[in-house]
Amino acid sequence: MHQSDFSRQLNDRLSGAPVVRQRLIKVDWLLMFLIAMLCGYGLFILYSASGQSFFHVSRQAVRMAVGFAGILVLAQFDPRTYKRWGWLGYIAGVVLLAMVPFMGISVNGSQRWIELAGFRFQPSEIMKLGTPLMIAAFLTRKELPPSFMNIFGALVLVAIPTLLIQQQPDLGTSLLIAASGIFVIYLAGMSWWLIAGFAGLAAAAMPIMWLFVMREYQKQRVLTLFNPESDPLGSGWNIIQSMTAIGSGGLDGKGYMLGTQSQLDFLPESRTDFIFAVLAEELGLTGVVILMILYLLIVLRGFYIAVHGRDSFGRLLAGALTLTFFIYVFVNIGMVSGILPVVGVPLPMVSYGGTAMVTLMLGFGLMMSVSNHR
Amino acid sequence: MSAPMNDPERESRLIQRRVSVALVVVFLMASVLIARAVYLQHFQHEKFSARSDANRIQLEPLAPTRGLIYDRKGRLLAENIPSHSLAIVPERVPDLDATLTRLSEIIDIDEDDLESFERRRKSYRRPFEPVALKTRLSDDDIAKLWVNAPFLQGVEVRAELSRSYPYGQMFYHTLGYVGRINERDQERIANAERNADYVGTDFIGKIGIERVYEDELLGKPGYQQVETNAHGRIIKVLGETAPIPGKSLELFLDTDIQKAAYDAMQDRRGAVVAIEVETGGILSMLSMPTVDPNLFVAGIPASIFNPLRDSLDRPFTDRAARGAYPPASTLKPFIGLAGVAVGATTWERTINDPGFYQIPGEERRWRDWTWATRRDGHGSRVDLADAVIESCDVYYYDLAFKMKLENMHSYLDAFGFGQTTAVDVFSPVDGINPTRAWKEETRGLPWFPGDSINLGIGQGYITATPLQLAVATTVLARRGSWVAPRLAKSIDGVPTPSEIDMPDIEGLTERDWDLMFKAMEDVVYGAKGTARAAGFGMTYKMAGKTGTAQVISRLTGTEGLDPEEREERQKSHALFIAFAPVEDPKVAVAVIVENGESGGRAAAPVAKAVFDAYLAGEERASE
Repeated sequence: MHQSDFSRQLNDRLSGAPVVRQRLIKVDWLLMFLIAMLCGYGLFILYSASGQSFFHVSRQAVRMAVGFAGILVLAQFDPRTYKRWGWLGYIAGVVLLAMVPFMGISVNGSQRWIELAGFRFQPSEIMKLGTPLMIAAFLTRKELPPSFMNIFGALVLVAIPTLLIQQQPDLGTSLLIAASGIFVIYLAGMSWWLIAGFAGLAAAAMPIMWLFVMREYQKQRVLTLFNPESDPLGSGWNIIQSMTAIGSGGLDGKGYMLGTQSQLDFLPESRTDFIFAVLAEELGLTGVVILMILYLLIVLRGFYIAVHGRDSFGRLLAGALTLTFFIYVFVNIGMVSGILPVVGVPLPMVSYGGTAMVTLMLGFGLMMSVSNHR
Repeated sequence: MSAPMNDPERESRLIQRRVSVALVVVFLMASVLIARAVYLQHFQHEKFSARSDANRIQLEPLAPTRGLIYDRKGRLLAENIPSHSLAIVPERVPDLDATLTRLSEIIDIDEDDLESFERRRKSYRRPFEPVALKTRLSDDDIAKLWVNAPFLQGVEVRAELSRSYPYGQMFYHTLGYVGRINERDQERIANAERNADYVGTDFIGKIGIERVYEDELLGKPGYQQVETNAHGRIIKVLGETAPIPGKSLELFLDTDIQKAAYDAMQDRRGAVVAIEVETGGILSMLSMPTVDPNLFVAGIPASIFNPLRDSLDRPFTDRAARGAYPPASTLKPFIGLAGVAVGATTWERTINDPGFYQIPGEERRWRDWTWATRRDGHGSRVDLADAVIESCDVYYYDLAFKMKLENMHSYLDAFGFGQTTAVDVFSPVDGINPTRAWKEETRGLPWFPGDSINLGIGQGYITATPLQLAVATTVLARRGSWVAPRLAKSIDGVPTPSEIDMPDIEGLTERDWDLMFKAMEDVVYGAKGTARAAGFGMTYKMAGKTGTAQVISRLTGTEGLDPEEREERQKSHALFIAFAPVEDPKVAVAVIVENGESGGRAAAPVAKAVFDAYLAGEERASE
């Protein structure tokens, strides 16, 4: 069916004949359905995690609606448009990031926010999409796999926003943005030897990062991961409480809205970054597996889109965005369940909060654009 | 650079391969997450369940209500009244110093409050447990705090029960008081078996009855199993074991008698102890000057405590149980009875009193107390009764010399001197009933005959507390039979035992007792009695004995006083022991008025006031 759509459209275009059955809007219904399922599941958990707060749930629902609108809008444009103009987003993002130290707003000791025309936002959000767009466009100018010089160029393009965000400081986001760019390079066919080389380099850079780049609180978080009991009331508190919540949930959970860790405020950030612990406590392993299946189905669909993209740009973009999406999931759940250090990464589509979610949904919009234009 | 031709097929295959590898990695990573969840939720489930329960379920101790203390007529001497205290939860206070400053602007908080707050804050406590800052808030304080509540995050006003002593300073030494558990108490509790009973209780009996009967008064704490949130706030009660209130005490103390003694003592220093002859119950036990015990419950401010501590009058000292005075002539009835019992004298034997005594073959003259005013002694035919009535020292010098130390010691011992016989009086001293060994040990000197002579008139090494004198007088009034002297009449309605492991006085006939009673009656009513001033206007008859103890004292601390005050404090102590009515003794009393000079004039009227109060009470009861 897709193939026939594709050939029909191709034929239409080649023949210059009028489009007979031009659909009003183009939608990847399967992806849309999976996202909607995930959003619904997210709202369901949020209702409990927010202490049955209708306010929070309805606000989040409105944001999701905005996100869906964003998906539909972005899905209508041809990926070629993004390939042509994507660099604009990247440049704008870099400029705004460069402005943050001068006119940024400080929250909790980090400068991440900027205010433009009455809107307060984090320029790093732009880069979450801007970076993979830029790298994909940059690499697909040339034949794949990219030459060493092109890889080097791409890495420089990745390094610029990464370092700027690291300065705010926001190690988690900077690493995730670096990852989204690197995924593009990886998908573009960077040689395994080079990958191994960079991996070795990264491993070697770890001590240097530890000594010169990482801030004290970031180090503390890493140390806490290995021994949360060392400071049970301080930085270890979050992780002890979330592991307690998850573990005490057992296989089938304590029951919806009956999680004592979450409902009695023992679990910090239970609405936002640690909402996974609420789910695991109240719905148990069952709820966790359902969530993982939803995420994996979205990943599968994303990879399907990537593989079936019309051109290399679309494929790289869809593949990288899918991987990035999954990395968010992995980092968040890994952190909440105590196998990764605490970094401020929300659980996609489930954590309360607008900006990160809308950005993710715009990413789905880009994927859907690839899906719609095969 | 020429635009290279892309080979779509090759690129597509390349990306497809890369995506496939990525998919495998994604599944591996997802497996790690699932494995982690299985590990936590299945293999570690029990551990985390227990931890989660420990988080939310707390055992909140419920403090028991402290037992009430009543006097013998059912009047409350110690009660628990609701009061409000100010407490701070340091974890919820953004800036502790600023909050404390702010609080001290609103209500009166002094250095002592802050100091003890700091101490409590730094000692071990659960997170989010409130730390008391000030107790017994006034209504005004509460109102001010309430108005300022929005600016006082982490500050709580808590309702609690606090101990109160309605009669204030009248019962300070005897009843004692409760105060906040300090480190010394902590050690005491840690050694006790019942240390677990102090959870949730901030107060402990410090002195007096409150201390002696601490275990009975305390009660057993209850527990509430509560679900709390992360801020320690109770969400719901899951189960409860009610606390068992402390036992109530009924004392022999009689507020009317205590008040009579208190009023009669006026502002003089001294002590009064009155004992019910039949039961051994202590009806009154007063030490003057005294202090208001209510001050200690809330924590006594240094501005009040320090002057009291440094006062020459030593108001904290319990003179009744811990004041060891020379009993002086009040010892004469006991020595006299001992002399008769061991055959050293008879009621018929007389001596010639020239105003002094000389040990046979020695030059030294032992003067009678009358020597200062007249040089002729008590006459040529002084018998034992005369010697008691007129308090003839020379008779007793002679008797003491004849009796020897051992006879005197054993009879004084039988009357309870030199030991603690009172069952439940807080921390009494034993006084001194000297022996040869005692002198050898403490002074490194042998016992001289002169020491016996001094002992014969209650001077020298012997010391006794007013409590011991009252007990000895009770035994005398009971004609030598013992009963346990005690303060508590019943505990939760169960009467306390009156048995005591003391042998009754032996070697005396009914006639001996009759004659001693008569002699002591004549002390008050006889023409030559030393206390005849006290005998007027009485509807009953009392028997007594005066005493005058010289202040040989270490008058340390008096250097700075003006001569008049200094002279006042060097005056002799006035003593008086008595029982009444003579024909059927009900009450035995011992009184000491420091620097009161005359037992008959200063101390006897106090004893009379005590008897009047007791008998008036009996009359009211029988009507």
